[in-house]
This record gives sequence, structure tokens and C-alpha cells, in this order.
Amino acid sequence: MSERKTTNIILFSGDYDKAMAAYIIANGAAAYDHDVTIFHTFWGLNALRKEEMVPVKKGFMEKMFGGMMPRGADKLGLSNMNFMGMGPKMIKGVMKKHNAMPLPDLIDMAREQDIKLVACTMTMDLLGLHKDELLEEIEYAGVAAYLADAENGNVNLFI
Amino acid sequence: MKADKVLDAKGLACPMPIVKTRKAIKEIEAGQILEVQTTDKGAKSDLTAWAKSTGHELLDSNEEKDVFTFWIKKG
Repeated sequence: MSERKTTNIILFSGDYDKAMAAYIIANGAAAYDHDVTIFHTFWGLNALRKEEMVPVKKGFMEKMFGGMMPRGADKLGLSNMNFMGMGPKMIKGVMKKHNAMPLPDLIDMAREQDIKLVACTMTMDLLGLHKDELLEEIEYAGVAAYLADAENGNVNLFI
Repeated sequence: MKADKVLDAKGLACPMPIVKTRKAIKEIEAGQILEVQTTDKGAKSDLTAWAKSTGHELLDSNEEKDVFTFWIKKG
């Protein structure tokens, strides 16, 4: 294998706009022939949640977290001007007008481009998220796996 | 300029022009020319940088009525 360049993004935020930026950069980097990894931790994990309710056994705190956190990419709120959920509706309208790709489509595109989507297992435990609740065909790892990708990385971002 | 393949990426927003360009260039042979048409205002900087970084050659570009056209030779 030739020494391909790599882009490694830590997606910490669960805001729609920030996740969108992360996925736009990731898709651009894949088009640049980079090997791309997005490491989802803390609120960033919510972008990987399935939209439908998945019945899993949970403790009290896990249930609280699960209920309060957005279920999937389309449900994320905006970091600014969220206006109790009106903001995302407004911005999605504007995005449509300008032909910008909605976040769920950007995630589909990322998978099509073989971008590695990784869920941080430690923060999954903290937030009470189970594998069954996240999208299929993603990887599960911790900090060492991220560092292995990142230490020789050409682009490293924390979003 | 004569192109071996034409990509219509008009109306598409970032990052789709370069994602589509990369897909299209994979479908032609080295030395062949891809014509890309876009309306994205950032496309000029984007495609210039992309071609340089991925080993292709931006032969020429043209702007007419908000449509940018690029000719890229596959490296």
C-alpha cells in the first residue's frame, strides 16, 4: 500500500451544525483520497443513533440520558439560534434552497466513501448507549485506536 | 476544449462538487480529460487545490453566466 494521507476527526459535539461541518470536511477529505476516520465521543455519539426506539435494558440514569438526548442525526439541535427546535427547521429549509446536503445524507455519503465511523465505547457507557441503538456497521474503539490513526495523521480536528 | 467525459455538478453545494469530481475521474483513463461544470462559488479554489493535491492537472477554466467550467487531465 502507498502511504495514503489521513484525516482524523474527533466529533465531540452533538450539535447539528457542528456535526455537519465535521461530515463535510470528512467527505471532502475522502475526495482528496485521504483515509478518513470520525471518532464519535460524548454528544457526538448522538449523530450515530438510530431514529427508531430500540428496546434495550437500561438502568434509571441510562434511561434518563437516553430519553433526553436526540435520537439520530436528523434530531440534533443547533449550537446557536436553536429556538426550541425552530432553528433546525429553518436552517433545513435554507439548506434545501441552496442544495446543501442534510446531515443524514452526509453520513450516508461518508459511508459510501468508506469513511471509518467509530463510536467511543467508554462514553457510550457513560451515556448509557448500547450498540443496538447505534447505526449498523460502525466500529467500536477507545483512545488508543484513535491515537494509532491520528499519530501519523495529516489533518487532525476536534469538533 | 474536447473532453472525454463531462460532469454536470451545477447547483450542488460543498462538498459535492469535489466528491462527484473524484468519482468521475475514477471512471476515465490517465491522460484523458474531464470537464466539470459547477455553480459553486468556491469551486475555483477547491478544484485547483484538489487537482494539485491528488496529482491531476487543471488545464483550463472558464466562467460564463455563473457557471464555472474546468478541464482536468487525469494524472
